[in-house]
Parts: sequence; C-alpha cells; structure tokens
Amino acid sequence: MSAPRNQRASEERLLEIKRLAAENAPSGKHPSTPQIQGRDSYYHLPALKPPAWTWEVPLYFFVGGISGVSTCMAFVAQIFSAEPQLIRALLWAGFAGAAVCPVLLISDLGRPTRFLNMLRVFKWRSPMSLGAWILVAFSACVTPALLSHELILRGFHFPALGAARFTAAAAGALTGLLLASYTGVLIGATAIPVWIANRKILPAHFLTSGLGGSAGMLELLGFFIPATQLLGFAAAGIETLLEILFEVRKPVANAPLHHGRTGLVFRAAGILEGPLALLLRIAWHATPSGRRAAAISFLLGSLLSRYAWIWAGRASAKDPAALFAMQRRGEMKP
Amino acid sequence: MTTTAFLTDATLCIGCKACEVACKEWNDVPADGMNWSGLSYDNTKALGASTWRHVLFLEQPIVAGPQLADTQDPFRWVFLSDVCKHCANSGCLEACPTGAIVRTEVGSVFVQPDVCNGCGYCVVSCPFGVVEKRPDDGRAFKCTFCYDRQKVNLMPACATACPTESIQFGPLDELKARAKNRVDELQHRGYADARVYDPQETSVGGIHAFFVILGEPENYNLPPAPEVPTLYLKSAWTSALVSGAVLFALMCLAFVWR
Repeated sequence: MSAPRNQRASEERLLEIKRLAAENAPSGKHPSTPQIQGRDSYYHLPALKPPAWTWEVPLYFFVGGISGVSTCMAFVAQIFSAEPQLIRALLWAGFAGAAVCPVLLISDLGRPTRFLNMLRVFKWRSPMSLGAWILVAFSACVTPALLSHELILRGFHFPALGAARFTAAAAGALTGLLLASYTGVLIGATAIPVWIANRKILPAHFLTSGLGGSAGMLELLGFFIPATQLLGFAAAGIETLLEILFEVRKPVANAPLHHGRTGLVFRAAGILEGPLALLLRIAWHATPSGRRAAAISFLLGSLLSRYAWIWAGRASAKDPAALFAMQRRGEMKP
Repeated sequence: MTTTAFLTDATLCIGCKACEVACKEWNDVPADGMNWSGLSYDNTKALGASTWRHVLFLEQPIVAGPQLADTQDPFRWVFLSDVCKHCANSGCLEACPTGAIVRTEVGSVFVQPDVCNGCGYCVVSCPFGVVEKRPDDGRAFKCTFCYDRQKVNLMPACATACPTESIQFGPLDELKARAKNRVDELQHRGYADARVYDPQETSVGGIHAFFVILGEPENYNLPPAPEVPTLYLKSAWTSALVSGAVLFALMCLAFVWR
C-alpha cells in the first residue's frame, strides 16, 4: 500500500468533502455560483469624504466660543452689578469675536465673494445655516451692547440708554450661548462616525471650553475676582471629568481620539484644559501667577482640542471598517 | 414630471468605463489624474468632485468548497458603476446653507453651481461620501443626474453610453419592480447572494439610484445602514440648550458668591 500523497488525505477527510459538497449542492436546475464571504470594505478605501475645512474653522470654533460666553457673562455681570470695567472687557471680547469670526468663516469658503449666499435662505434643519444667522444676530446684539455701555461709562445718562444696554446684552447673552454651542451641533449632526458618537458631549464640551476660556481671558487681563476663580475651577473640573470619560469609555467610533497624531494632540489638549489647569488652580489659587498659568493652560488646551476634533473627523471618515461595523450593530441610530 | 431613477446592475457590468467617459465628456468634468492605484483596474478609487460615475473592480476570493478550489479561478470578478444615490431624504440637501442644493422636478438632487459658495458642509453630511469640493474651483460637485438632458427627454449620458444595459434609466417605480424581478431571476439561476441595494428601512428612506449587487454592500463600499444626519439634530440641540442653561446658572452663581 502506498502512502497517501497528501497529509490531509483520510477517510474522515473524504467524508468531510462529501459533507461540504452536499452543503454546497445546487438547489434547483442551475448550479450554485461561488458565494463570497465577508464584509470587507472596497480595498479599505474611505467610504466617506473627510471634512474639507481649512485651519480657519477650528480657530473660529475657539474664538466664537470665548466671545459668545464672554457676552453672556457680561449680561450676568450687569444683572449682579459687577465692576463696569469687567463688563467692558467682556463686551469688547464679544465684539472682537463678532469682528474676527466672519473673516475666519469667509476665508474658509471655496468662493469667499459669495458669502452673502449664506443669508439668502433660512433653514432650521441645517446647523450651518442657523450658525450663519446666529453669528449675524450675535453681531447685531453685541455691537449696540458695547456701544451703550461705553456711552454710559463716559457719563451719558438718559433712561433709554440703560434699557437699550440691558436689552442688547440680554439678546447678546442668548445668541452668545448659541454661538458657543452650535458648533458642537454643527459637527455632531453629520455623517462622520466620531462626531456622531459624541454629538451629545460636543455642545457641552465646547460651551465649557468657552466658559473656561472666557474666565481665563479675564484673569490674563488682570481681573483676579472670585467669580473668574470659581468659573475657572468649574470649567477645568468639567473638562477633567470629560477627559476621564474619554479614557474610560472607548467605543469603536472614538478610535481617532486615541490613536496617531490626532490622539496625541487630543490627549494633550484634554490634559491642558482638564487636570493640569485644575491642579495649577488648586496648588496656586492664591497667587495671580498661579491663576495666570492655569488660564494659559486652559486656553491652550481649548484651542488644541478644536483642532483635534476636526482632525479626528478626517481620520474617522477614512475608516470604512469602523463605519460599517457601527451600522451593522445599529450604533448609528439615535 | 415623473420621478426618474437609475438601476445599475453589477451582474451586467463588463467594466468598460464607457459611463465614466460619457459622463466626463457630456458634463465637461475635469480629468481626475493619470494615477495608477494598483487596485485591479480601478484608478479613480471613489466618487468625487470630478468622478461622477465610478466603476468598481472587485476581486473576491472564492470560498465555496474544496471541490472548486483547484479547478476554478481563485477569485470572482465583479464590476459595478457607482453613482450619486439621489437620496429620498438627502443629507447634502438638508445641510446646504445657501439653498444651492435643490430637489428637481424629476426627484434628483442637484447642486446649482451659480449659488454654491463652497462652505463644505454637504461634504461631511453625505452618508455615501459622494459630494466633494473641487480644490481649484472651491465649489462642491457631484452627479447632476444629467438634469440638462432630462429636461429635453434624453437619457443621462452614462445610461445612453452603457453597452450592456447595466445602467438602466426610467421611472422610479418601474425600475424598482425591474430590480426585484432581476434579483429573483438571478437567485433562480443560482446567484444566491444577489440582492437589491436600496436602504429604504433607514432614515435615508430609499435612493433614486439603486443597485443590483452580488454579496454584501460593504464589498462595494456601500454603507449597510446609512442615516441622514438630520436624525442627530434633536439630541445634539437638546444637549446644547441644556448645557447652555446650566452654564448660565453657573455664571449667576459665580457672580452672586463674590
């Protein structure tokens, strides 16, 4: 008896072949065609387009966040009759944002001369459309608020001026909060998995970023009052909690937040505006230089984190396997 | 006018790329580069601002059973001409802040090039990764469903040029029925993995350019369960408003405690 030519050859193997043949037997008259297994993507090529936004957009998120929250804080400071110079600094911050933000947004457009097309329609369901209108409304509120405040500071007193300042500041507070938070909705309500997965966190995250940034800005301008300390503590505390959340909870969609260059920047940003800012505040809360250091740490982290979120979106768009797996598991449903 | 549709059939496609050529010539779409991808005969890789029809070349390993392994080719070759899906609930249309993207009278989704200001929001709002900004132009582009040709009762250029009727054009309802019949026929002939790709059960609510494919949609980079991004507006805005209120309260607290 000659040895089997094939190592696998055996009676069991022959029966296995018989079983496999039976399982794959054609049903009906026609032979079965070969079945393709697996749910691999097409040569691992991206199934989504990455955001085409340039460097101006994350910077706009940052500036818009600080100026929006600052204007809201100016209104609160007015209600509780805080120092007029503090209100003045906050309103100027809001006004500066209103001046810079449109420039950043327009220069990002593919056709900057057509920026007014943004205002030819109003669409509730498009955060980009709403955002353009929010920015217009914000500018229209913060400008008269600042103007009336400056006039009052210079000794102009007539009753309508006070009412105008209050109304403009109140409307500025509302539109300012919307300006600081809508950017989270803007990227959250897209087709990009990492943004979708964090759509409930993003608006709160961006608002907190704006809050700590605004308080930090005041401290850098020399306003070492208890309010900025308290708000600085609160913002750094919330950011620390978010940082812990991102480190503990790691869904597939969040992979770009933990890997590669983007992951590094995201983590560095999280540490700067979270634990480091908090530690600096706890350790040197009594000294202006300690508070300044905490403010700088927070502002830097806040700026970096906006860039990290946009870069994470780019990485997320390029990962078809994660996208498809999420869809199969029903994780894209709200 | 009646709503029109594309039915693109992978089992009839021969990978000739006549659709790509016809589309480029008729619509005057710029060249998308002479780059060899190394991915079968596919050198354009995906739909984009300057690629409105894209022929995929799938080389799929056969794992049917050991009796075939030594006698047949080691892979199955499948081609498919991909195109903008012209969704019933369209992400790009909902996202467009200028009103440049509109629904036409034939039910297609059309980007008006004289209105688009290149904000790029449609790019991240398309669940199929179709619409894209053209860098040298600045505006967003995608398949127009040959709106100009349909206006004068002509078939889109790609369907007209297709030599095997792999790309079929006609009324939506008629083509949907035809796709179903085609799959039934293919399954009867032994193509057990033939199916229609038309995500009707998701928030996209069906597409006006659907496909007959073999195997899983993922193999064609077609998302198995695409969702229109407006689905996420409610939860994201709720978070924005709630955290805005909390932040306001926090600020009041800080200034009271002074």
